[in-house]
Amino acid sequence: MTAFDEERLARLIRALPPAPEAWVRAAQELPLAKAELDEIVARAEADAEFRARLVADLEAALEAVGYELGPAVVEELRVRFKST
Amino acid sequence: MAQALTDSELVARCRAGDQEAWAELVDRFSRYVYAISVQAFRLSDADAEDVFQEVFARAYQHLDGLRDDAAVRPWLAQLTRRLCIDRLRASARERPTADEELELAGSEETLTLLEEALTVHEALAEIPEHCREILDRFFARDESYKTIGEDLDLPSGTIASRISRCLARLRELLEGRNDAGPASGSR
Repeated sequence: MTAFDEERLARLIRALPPAPEAWVRAAQELPLAKAELDEIVARAEADAEFRARLVADLEAALEAVGYELGPAVVEELRVRFKST
Repeated sequence: MAQALTDSELVARCRAGDQEAWAELVDRFSRYVYAISVQAFRLSDADAEDVFQEVFARAYQHLDGLRDDAAVRPWLAQLTRRLCIDRLRASARERPTADEELELAGSEETLTLLEEALTVHEALAEIPEHCREILDRFFARDESYKTIGEDLDLPSGTIASRISRCLARLRELLEGRNDAGPASGSR
């Protein structure tokens, strides 16, 4: 990078608008989502009945035990418990 | 985080399980990842969102495998480019497209511009907060003088001159860095 006139600087600042807030928030919450995911998987491994409920109706089983998860975590769980 | 961490310090903290550091890392690179997918590869909003989440999910998962913590920026850029190409390849299944064509889909010129834009964006963090805010609002968020004036309680007539002064300040900072040596790309 060599010369910076006002026009060039303006163009460069303009080139990076903020990403949608919801996308950023979801990515920032990944560690929490991962922790929840691990917790549910561990619980399903320890509790065959809970696991059966997850396989039968994932959303209902999660709601029944009080989990309010984001769509990405639910999708990941769906993939995991579909193949079991 | 009171003081800005270098990319390398930030990655080290993320690896140690610091959730605040992870949030800062996402915040630091979110615009860059977003811009690569929508400006260089022209993905739709839906595809760009998928790529955005996938980039950070993979980054979180594979942070341990990053050989050089300071290289997180090119690593994320490369990951984003690869996922954008995968996405374009998937959408092109019905309309066969040569791999070379897909590789060229991300315009090099735009990618270079975004790389430079990120350096400028990082420099914004080093100028006074009132300057950073007004430049970001006006240029990056495309807010009008009226909106900025109302939000910051400034007369519209003052905004143009403040933007000009703040750009001059940013310019001095960046040119000072150039005089001191090549731009490092990482804080």
